[in-house]
Order: sequence, then structure tokens, then C-alpha cells
Amino acid sequence: MSGIFSSRAWNKIWTYRATFLLGLSNTLKTAGVALVIALLLGIIFGLMATSGKKLLVMISRIYVEIIQNTPVLLQMCFLYYALAFSGHSLGIIVTGFLALGIYTGAYMAEVIRAGIESVPKGQFEAAQSQGFGYLGRMYYIILPQSIKVILPPMVNTIVNMIKNTSCLYIVGGADLLSLTYSFVTGENTGGSYAPAYIVCGTIFFLLCFPLSTLATMWETSLKQRDRKTDTAKEA
Amino acid sequence: MDTLENSLSMLKNPAIISFIMKGTAFTLIISVVSVFLSIIFGAVLALLRNYCTTPRIRIFRWLASIYIELFRNTPLLFWIFICLVFCPSPKFVDRPMFGLSSVNNKLLFKAAVALILYTSGVIAEIVRGGLNSVARGQIEAGVSQGFHMVQVMWYIVLPQAFKAIIPTLLSQVITTIKDSSFLANVAVIELMARTKQILSAANRYNGTNAINVSDVFVLFGTAAIIYFVINFTLSLTIRGMQKRRGKMAASAQRV
Repeated sequence: MSGIFSSRAWNKIWTYRATFLLGLSNTLKTAGVALVIALLLGIIFGLMATSGKKLLVMISRIYVEIIQNTPVLLQMCFLYYALAFSGHSLGIIVTGFLALGIYTGAYMAEVIRAGIESVPKGQFEAAQSQGFGYLGRMYYIILPQSIKVILPPMVNTIVNMIKNTSCLYIVGGADLLSLTYSFVTGENTGGSYAPAYIVCGTIFFLLCFPLSTLATMWETSLKQRDRKTDTAKEA
Repeated sequence: MDTLENSLSMLKNPAIISFIMKGTAFTLIISVVSVFLSIIFGAVLALLRNYCTTPRIRIFRWLASIYIELFRNTPLLFWIFICLVFCPSPKFVDRPMFGLSSVNNKLLFKAAVALILYTSGVIAEIVRGGLNSVARGQIEAGVSQGFHMVQVMWYIVLPQAFKAIIPTLLSQVITTIKDSSFLANVAVIELMARTKQILSAANRYNGTNAINVSDVFVLFGTAAIIYFVINFTLSLTIRGMQKRRGKMAASAQRV
């Protein structure tokens, strides 16, 4: 722990600050693109799960169960090596986009499914009887009611995804944590463990803490509102 | 995929099978032990965060909050790397045992500490959810009966809280089984690392003198099936449990 107060170690961090900034930008890039993929997959499979058509529900279930019950690290290795050994290597970052996107997509699908199912069935029927098409029904009637249920767990999923960008390390990583690790073990830069990890941890914390706090606050207010409506119903 | 036969032949090799099975056993043991220890540590954190509200002991609440938020908002791998450098390992792990070398045992100890520290933060929040679900009147009733605060917690609040969160804790076991694969980043101990290790030496076992795509599919496919069977069984159990509870709660309300 001696390195924490050594100005030499901190100076080294400052000299190599570009490493950390590059790691941060790679992590954000990976998380951003993966989020887009995850949202697309989540919406598609979430809607399939609530469509009521047996085949679609089954496909969505299989996707969610397979992805949620195996480690993201395994999926990432599988994707990376399968592509590499068949001669179609896409590079580490793109593999990261895909693997994280597909993994997080399964969680998004579950969140969206739960959100849609939280809307009472009568709402669907009422909307249909008013002549709304499928998209209109979903957009005008169901989405506004389910968005409050969807957002808190969705934000938590995003926090987990940002943390999971560190999975890239196993395939040779370019993300913040991997670059920090190669920084502290590097031949020219090595040794300043404590300061480097403090910087890396602080960046992760600053990215994730606001999001997870926001999610917790939403959740609490949602629960309080539920309790109020429950007591109103009982009265 | 004309090398599929060769790849599948690796799964008939008893040495490889036993290597994989040992990995599976390590994965299970690491996860279950981690969750068990994390429940103890996490429960302490949750109690501190929830009930240390008087000014004199408020510092514990703050410390517990800082711990929980810190570990929940940083990646597990980050803590594994930190523990590798800073976590001291006791003498007794520094020797070959469980079929692992002394170096691997030290790594296993350090990485497991990181996994426990990380999981504790998550479980603390789960336990807090359980604690908050226990009606406030329970504590007041206990205190009015002359129970000390520690007794109220041990005999009245914690049993009810834990009963409420058993399904969530079990699903945390699934998460921890998946998280234990992060150990593959630092040592060859559990299933994920062993699968990767076999792949890197597949050319010696599959008889084609090269690593082929079919090896990737066969090896990672096998690992995925093992993870899936374990986790899916657990999640079916949890779902059954929740369904029963839902029914019980509904019938209780009707009465």
C-alpha cells in the first residue's frame, strides 16, 4: 500500500493519463454500442414474449434462458474464438459490442416483458376495441403505463453492463480495466498499483454510482406509490 | 466442420473429462462457499446500514453504506486484480492441495476473497430489502417485551427477513456461479478457465495437429451446457418456490 502517497507514482499516472482516457473512451464506446444492440434485442424479444403467439414466446424464452444461465465471459470467449479460428476475426472491441449486446439484450427482454405484463389485460382489450393497431396500442396505451416499471431495472442492467465491459480482458481487452492492468504490470510503467487502481476504480464509480442511485430512487418512489394505491383500494 | 468428429473425440478422453469435471466441482464449491460467507458478512452490513441511526453509532451506518455502494458500482474483476496485489494470504494455503499447485491455491484464496467482498455488497442490499419488509411493529413489540436490540434482530427480525428473501438469495447463487468464471482471468481452477486451457492445447488431443473452429464449438458448448444445466435447474426451483409462495400469500389474504 506504500504507493498511495508516493508522488512519483502519481506523477507516472499523470504522465500516462492518455492510457486511462483511452480506456475510458473504449469502455464508453463498448457500453454505448452494446446498449443500442441490447435495447433492440430487448424490445424485439420482449414484444415476442408478450405477443401470445406460442412459437414467438418459445423463441424468446429460449434466447433469454440460454443467455441468462451461462456466464458472459463464456459467451465472449465463444464468440471471439469461434470467429478467430474460422478466419473472420472482428477484433476485440467489435466482439465486445456483440457479446455484451447479446448478453444484456436477454436482461432487457425480461425487463420489457415484465413491464408490459404489469399493465392490466383490460387496457390491451380496451385499446383494441377503440380501433388501435398493434403499434398504436403499444405506443400510446401500453408504453406510457409500463415505462415507469421498466426504467429502474433497465438502468440497473445498464450499470451491470458498464461493469461487464471488464470482461473484454479475457480476449485481450482494450477497456479501462484491462488497460489499467497492463499499465500496472507493464515493463516501463509498472509498479504504481495503488494510484492506478484508485484512478480506475474512481472512474468506474463515477460512471455507475449516479445511475444506480437514480434507479434506487425511482424504485423507492414507485413502491411508495404502490403502497398508497393499495391503501386507497383497501379503504 | 469436417473436423467435428476429431473435436468430439476429445470428449471421450477420460483425462479431459475428469479435468472438466474437477473444474465444475471447483465452480460449485467456490460459488456456494462465497455465497454462504457473503450472506453472513452482507447481513452484518445490512443491519449496520439499516439500524445504526442514533448519532453515537451513525458512523457504522456510513461505513456500511460506503462499502456497499463502492462494491456495487465497480467491476468484480477490478477487485480480483486488487486482491491479487494487496490481499495477504495465510500460510496454510501456500502448499499444494485439492490437486492444485501452491501458486494456484494462493490465487484461489485471493480471488475468492475478492468474490466474497464483491458478493457481500450485493447480498447486503438483498438482506436490506428483506429487513425493510418486516413490519416496524415487530421491532417495537420485541423491545416492549424487554428484548435487547441484538435479541430483537436475532430472534424476531432476521428470521422473518431471511424467509422473505430465500428466492432472491438463491438467484444470487446463480449470479455467483456465473461470476466465478471471472477467476478464469487469473488462474486455471474452475470450469471456464479449464475449458479455455483445453482449447489452447486442443491440437494435441484432437488428432489434427491444429485448433479448429469445431473445437471451439465442442469445448465451449460443453461448458455452456454444464453451466446451463446447473443454473437452469436452480432457476426452475426458485420459480416453483415463488409460485407456491404467491399462492400461499393469496390464500392467506382470502382468509
